[in-house]
Amino acid sequence: MKHERIERNSIILLIGILIVVAIGGAVEIAPLFWVKSTVEQVAGMRPYTPLELKGRDIYIREGCYVCHSQMIRSLRDEVERYGHYSLAAESMFDHPFQWGSERTGPDLARVGGKYSDEWQRAHLADPRAVVPESIMPPYRFLENTALDYRDIAEELQANHTVGVPYDAADIANAKRDLETQANPEHEAVEALQKRYPKAQARDFDGHPKDITEADALIAYLQMLGTLVDFKTYQADAPENRR
Amino acid sequence: MTAIAVRKSHPVDFIIVSAIWGLALVASIIEIVRSPDPLMVIQAWTFAACIVSAGTWYFSYYARGASALQQSPYENDIVKAGVVASMFWGIAGMLVGLIIALQLAFPNLFYFPGLPFTNFGRLRPLHTSAVIFAFGGNVLIATSFYVVQRTCRARLFGGALSWLVFWGYNTFIVLAGTGYLLGVTQGREYAEPEWYADIWLTIVWVSYLIVFLGTVWKRKEPHIYVANWFYLAFITTVAMLHLVNNLTMPVSLLQTKSYSAFSGVQDALTQWWYGHNAVGFFLSAGFLALMYYFIPKRVNRPIYSYRLSIVHFWTLIFIYIWAGPHHLLYTALPDWAQTLGMTFSILLWMPSWGGMINGLMTLSGAWDKLRTDPVLRMLVVSVAFYGMATFEGPVMSIKTVNALSHYTNWTIGHVHSGALGWVGYVSFGALYCLVPWLWKKERLYSNALVEWHFWISTLGIVLYITSLWVAGIMQGLMWRAYNDYGFLEYSFVESVQAMHPYYIIRAIGGAMYLGGALIMSYNLWRTVYGDVPSVTEAPAAALAVEGAR
Repeated sequence: MKHERIERNSIILLIGILIVVAIGGAVEIAPLFWVKSTVEQVAGMRPYTPLELKGRDIYIREGCYVCHSQMIRSLRDEVERYGHYSLAAESMFDHPFQWGSERTGPDLARVGGKYSDEWQRAHLADPRAVVPESIMPPYRFLENTALDYRDIAEELQANHTVGVPYDAADIANAKRDLETQANPEHEAVEALQKRYPKAQARDFDGHPKDITEADALIAYLQMLGTLVDFKTYQADAPENRR
Repeated sequence: MTAIAVRKSHPVDFIIVSAIWGLALVASIIEIVRSPDPLMVIQAWTFAACIVSAGTWYFSYYARGASALQQSPYENDIVKAGVVASMFWGIAGMLVGLIIALQLAFPNLFYFPGLPFTNFGRLRPLHTSAVIFAFGGNVLIATSFYVVQRTCRARLFGGALSWLVFWGYNTFIVLAGTGYLLGVTQGREYAEPEWYADIWLTIVWVSYLIVFLGTVWKRKEPHIYVANWFYLAFITTVAMLHLVNNLTMPVSLLQTKSYSAFSGVQDALTQWWYGHNAVGFFLSAGFLALMYYFIPKRVNRPIYSYRLSIVHFWTLIFIYIWAGPHHLLYTALPDWAQTLGMTFSILLWMPSWGGMINGLMTLSGAWDKLRTDPVLRMLVVSVAFYGMATFEGPVMSIKTVNALSHYTNWTIGHVHSGALGWVGYVSFGALYCLVPWLWKKERLYSNALVEWHFWISTLGIVLYITSLWVAGIMQGLMWRAYNDYGFLEYSFVESVQAMHPYYIIRAIGGAMYLGGALIMSYNLWRTVYGDVPSVTEAPAAALAVEGAR
């Protein structure tokens, strides 16, 4: 066919463009949904607790991802600096993913448990008080802002709709679980940890009476990268090879 | 001719546009009354305010300006509006860029603990969206409306619908930008606007496609000119990317928050398929259309090679789509996808340089004009920067190079050599051409000021990209440096500290670039409102000459 025909007919041109630009994406993206080895088989992954999910919402809201990655590449120096390289499975419940593209600040994929809650609090409130060379913005307002969790059940429901395995009990208990995790005196910690293994329940922000945005964000930061049990994970097992 | 006569001649577009605006207003009123989410209420007020002002303007425009509309065979007012909007958003976006550059250089001076909306994390999406989508988008819409009319020798199709595109698109920009300041974001780079803004953009974008394609249908030229192929590829592909990448589940229809339909690795590749092709189709294909119209027009020579245009077009749009995975090398993305992404990124070098050669060689026999015409120089230097950035990109996509460059400031420098050098300069060149053409002036107010703009901003770009090359490579080397005992040599914060001088140089470079744009606005302002003599010949005749390619 002469190219002239395409140049004289806008509909042929339009259809030609659509076909040509659809191929690459179809070949690269579609198989990720059905090739099983895309996401490894690992023990320990679970959906976020309601408090961690709220913390993640704040992480997204504040645009933390524009400076912090959550993706440790399989390179020697990264593994030594940050820990085991990130697995696809570790972000399987992340809607959206937060791998990031820039390290103006360090990677946070395994920051959970590396610093105390007090350090996180002080650092968020005034980063340069803790790390003088830091260029991070101050987030003191988080500990002065009450966490708005009126819609937490709906949020879990929305995540369930896009494929996160929250069950009916998780959604029904969302509000109670959130309050339990931020308030160590609450009696329902056992039920929370049964639903969400390894969930850390304590007062994260240093204000025992209030549930603030700092509670949620620190709860999220403190669990990052802590779920997968790398003692049982076998990178060389055939089902885990990519 | 009266307003009524015009209305009678386009009754359908008036009804459709009024209905869309009316429904949008009703939706925002429902949100204002019913939503429990304070952010949604603010967003709905903002949206309603934009809709009402745009609607008021638009009805008074038709009531007032109907006779003026008929004087020219082409719709020019919408292009003029696009030129003004482009300059406004360009300067706003560059200013925000300068502020966040200063925040990284001087965190003690430019952060305000009491004002969370001024933090880097909220301003950075404002900067990227303002320069890419607000400045770049308005340039693309305005120039495409100008170019498609001339090269098809047909008046813009759709009447009122084209104004829905202009006002609707700028309403989207305001909604998205104010949303970021409030903390409303999807958390996906370059796709931050939330679900309702995305729905609105979809309506606007479909209208854009109808207006553009409708004008092509009406054409009196047998062939569709090459610039229009690029515009069409840009409009359709961006529609596809936008729809797939923004599939989300809102918490409820009364809430701003939504959760992405995909997760983890699938979400990552979908996002970078989108993200990289925002570069490929918004910032490359779209602006290549400018190159294919304004450079031949300015030098008064045909495009260097017709055959190369065909090869350039089809290979570019086919290969670009595959390149997304180069943003995810060594990550948890499967190796086969990484390898495909890297391979196609390297292949992409060829069509990119084919296009560059086609643009540059159009000057054959007219190279002397580079000395005398600073506007042409800006257009040509933009193509040179395009060549440089599209060579650097494939290099950075090679896995071993990417191991060093990824996550560092080198990437930021690379993006800006494309954004400032290519997109910025080709846009400035086109706007410098358009203002005298549209406002019927003999020339620009001052060529000397164009020279100042050119040299100040070129120096600014050089400072910007060289400082971030050094910074980025230094960062990458520091992160992987080992000492004699086999331990990592540097803590992370030492690499942050090392960036300080380069962040200052970068901010200076950015300030110079902004300064150049301010000089440009002054020059354009004086061209329109100063004492530059108007073109005397009959406008219709002048435009008919212009229409020939």
